[in-house]
Amino acid sequence: MEITTHAAIAPRDSRQRPSWRNLATLVTALLALPVLVILSSLLQPFSAAWQHLYSTVLGDYVANSLLLVAGVGVGTLLLGVSAAWLTALCEFPGRKLLSWALLLPMAMPAYIIAYTYTGLLDLTGPMQSGLRQVFGWSYGDYYFPEIRSLGGAICMLSLVLYPYVYLLARVAFAGQSEAILEASRNLGKGPWQSFFWVSLPMARPAIAAGLSLALMETLADYGTVAYFGVSTFTTGIFRTWYGLDELTTAAQLCALLLLFVFALILLERESRRRLRFHQSTVRGTPKLLVLRGWRAPLASVFGTAIVVLGFVLPALQLVYWAASRWRYNFNRDFGELLFNSFTLATAAAIACLLVALLLAYTKRRFNARRERSQVEIANLGYAVPGTVIAVGIMAPAGWLDQQIDTLSSAWFNYPTGLLLSGTVGILLFAYVVRFLSVSLQSVESGLTAIKPNIDESARSLGASPLQVLGRIHLPLLRPSLLTALLLVFVDVLKELPTTLILRPFNFNTLAVRTYELASDERLVDAALPALAIVATALLPVLLIIRTMLHERRPHG
Amino acid sequence: MDNQLTLDRVTIAYDGVSAVADVSFALPEGDIGCLLGPSGCGKTSLLRAIAGFEPVAAGAISLRGQTISTPQYAQAPEERAVGMVFQDFALFPHLSVSDNIGFGLAQGNADERRARIAEMLDLVGLANEIERYPHELSGGQQQRVALARALAPNPKILLLDEPFSNLDSVRRSQLAGEIRALLKRSKVTALLVTHDQDEAFAMADQIVLLNHGRVDQIGTPRELYQRPATLFAADFIGAGNLIDIDIDAAGNLDAGWGKLTSSQWPEQCAGRIKLLLRPDVVVFDDHAGHQLNIVEKIFQGANHLYQLALPDGQTVACLAPSDIDQPIGDSLPVRFDLDQAVVFSGGA
Repeated sequence: MEITTHAAIAPRDSRQRPSWRNLATLVTALLALPVLVILSSLLQPFSAAWQHLYSTVLGDYVANSLLLVAGVGVGTLLLGVSAAWLTALCEFPGRKLLSWALLLPMAMPAYIIAYTYTGLLDLTGPMQSGLRQVFGWSYGDYYFPEIRSLGGAICMLSLVLYPYVYLLARVAFAGQSEAILEASRNLGKGPWQSFFWVSLPMARPAIAAGLSLALMETLADYGTVAYFGVSTFTTGIFRTWYGLDELTTAAQLCALLLLFVFALILLERESRRRLRFHQSTVRGTPKLLVLRGWRAPLASVFGTAIVVLGFVLPALQLVYWAASRWRYNFNRDFGELLFNSFTLATAAAIACLLVALLLAYTKRRFNARRERSQVEIANLGYAVPGTVIAVGIMAPAGWLDQQIDTLSSAWFNYPTGLLLSGTVGILLFAYVVRFLSVSLQSVESGLTAIKPNIDESARSLGASPLQVLGRIHLPLLRPSLLTALLLVFVDVLKELPTTLILRPFNFNTLAVRTYELASDERLVDAALPALAIVATALLPVLLIIRTMLHERRPHG
Repeated sequence: MDNQLTLDRVTIAYDGVSAVADVSFALPEGDIGCLLGPSGCGKTSLLRAIAGFEPVAAGAISLRGQTISTPQYAQAPEERAVGMVFQDFALFPHLSVSDNIGFGLAQGNADERRARIAEMLDLVGLANEIERYPHELSGGQQQRVALARALAPNPKILLLDEPFSNLDSVRRSQLAGEIRALLKRSKVTALLVTHDQDEAFAMADQIVLLNHGRVDQIGTPRELYQRPATLFAADFIGAGNLIDIDIDAAGNLDAGWGKLTSSQWPEQCAGRIKLLLRPDVVVFDDHAGHQLNIVEKIFQGANHLYQLALPDGQTVACLAPSDIDQPIGDSLPVRFDLDQAVVFSGGA
């Protein structure tokens, strides 16, 4: 019996195996292409423009990027760890509400929060006008911190990126069983010593993993630093590309930026590896430390202040602006923006999902070293800044266009022009490279829940492979697939630099329009598209909040 | 001998409902005590109160004559010098074996620290695992690290919360014996919590039997087994059957089973009594006059455990050597060694 089943399956497998496997490998190779192109630029000669960069602004790029990363690192750690510790291990008024509200700033893209605070804190903004009015000062009489600065960028990015640290640190703190802390007390350590010697070190890998994600976003940020006029790698790449028209030099700058990114990837990998060992097997949830006296209101005020500064205040500012110019801005053009953005994001979400399914299923089916490393490679995309991906695609696409055009002109006397560059197809490809890992992680986590013996039992009950897919996998995977679609959809909607570089001529999206209007100092008009982005970006945050609330419920 | 630990009418309450009421006992220096009882009897609450993790609602706990817990005062857990081995061991996952063991030691002298850690590792036989991490250890090894960690700061008393519940049953009895020997060797006063009477018997000098948050009986393992003071103790400790039987004023049992002594049966009035018969009271005897019907038989290796039916339908257990191999339905000749039987009056 055993032998006949195998014999019946074997020939079909040997026929199917190469095609799916090879397709998956081909797709992975394509996905890796942009990064390989960027890295290979290091082999090309460094031009005069590079020499110029090197002697003038490169030092600024490196220094500012490092300062930005260091500043955002400190900021997200301070906000994220303290908020996580308070909401996971302490009891104070408003703890439950804050524990989910603290995730809201995730919905606020950094460049949008930068616009709102510029509006609020600028010379003509309500803050300074109010001060002048109240104290009778005039411009120059008083000191006021300049928001459009490196420090301002650090504050903006910290305010919206701390949730990465918060989310992971909170899970780590909440998972520390009471017995572990009691063991520390029992061995002679007081509550504070126990926090610094036991709680914090145990949460350290989770904190580091969250931090590395926040810093990857920081390195990838273009909108904020560009608007604040801070010279970092990303703004430098844009300048080299558009200002100097130096593609190779831009690619070389990208390669340099990738070195920083790889350092962060290593940090994240190592943290996640250690995370497994730092999780204690001890059962039970921690007993909450009840804050007394002035500490309790202080904790409530601290948490509320973060949420207000990171979400409520900028959101209200956007609503106020959008409402003030509603009649003027809510028109056909805005409809077109919505349509463009939503179509693009939907197409990208579907494309990512299809590729993710291909890679995840080939990995599940064959689970050879080859498939596993393909998934690893595909997962690296989230770490690569959009600017880098865009430049890494622009170069080969341009080269290919040129070759086709030359050949076509020579053979058919018909110049094709630019076939690939500046098309929606190229833009979609860039999105897949950048956001595939979001899909892939969703799909893979769904698939791991379906153990192979479920397939086997369905097959032994007479279901064909296709029926197994339709009757078992699809219903079980549906939540993961929807999550994957939603997450990519929102990421694409928020995405700025890739779209800015690769979009077809005169093709506008919500993000691009927001950026353009803000760059033209039309902050009030930028509010409506910005608000549309924030509102949509709230959806996945609500999804995370829902999961979080569900997980809290069991265990009394 | 001084009492190392004294509990004086301790009550522990959660939301006004008492989980432990009026518990008093004392543990002499160097003794190993055991809080034994079914789950939910409050034994873990008591242990946690001694460690300082639960407040007491009434009564007092003192350690070497110094009061550490009253309703008005609770010394902080870190100041009590009470060692504790947690049920899940609660090892610090981010610290190596030696750092776990050294956690509770004073920062001061590094050489002293190292020496103490080495001494502890030797004591529990883990000298080769010094640089490993908890996740790399087996359950038994983790338990020994937890023990070494708790003993390292030289606690006044060692508390063990269900120390064997995470280990498989084969290792349990072996480890219980090892740990008792180790504690005795280091002259540590210890208090153990368990629901398993075999663990209690293997470890303890003194058992405090708890039922519904109250002390049921205090005594040595042997006293509890042979002279259970209550029906609960009789039922909870050891195998055996409680049967109802008639007795005359002279102490003769119905059906000519034999005669109880006056110490066993102080009341000396005829009537119906409850009698606890352990399996070793009912003895297989070829020459005995009582033939009881076999209703159930379990092979236990060295022995057969027979369930025998009395004429009125009640059953008693009998432990016979395994070469006594009678099929179910046949009868087995037995006699009753009544000096080990325990009487509870007021039978139904």
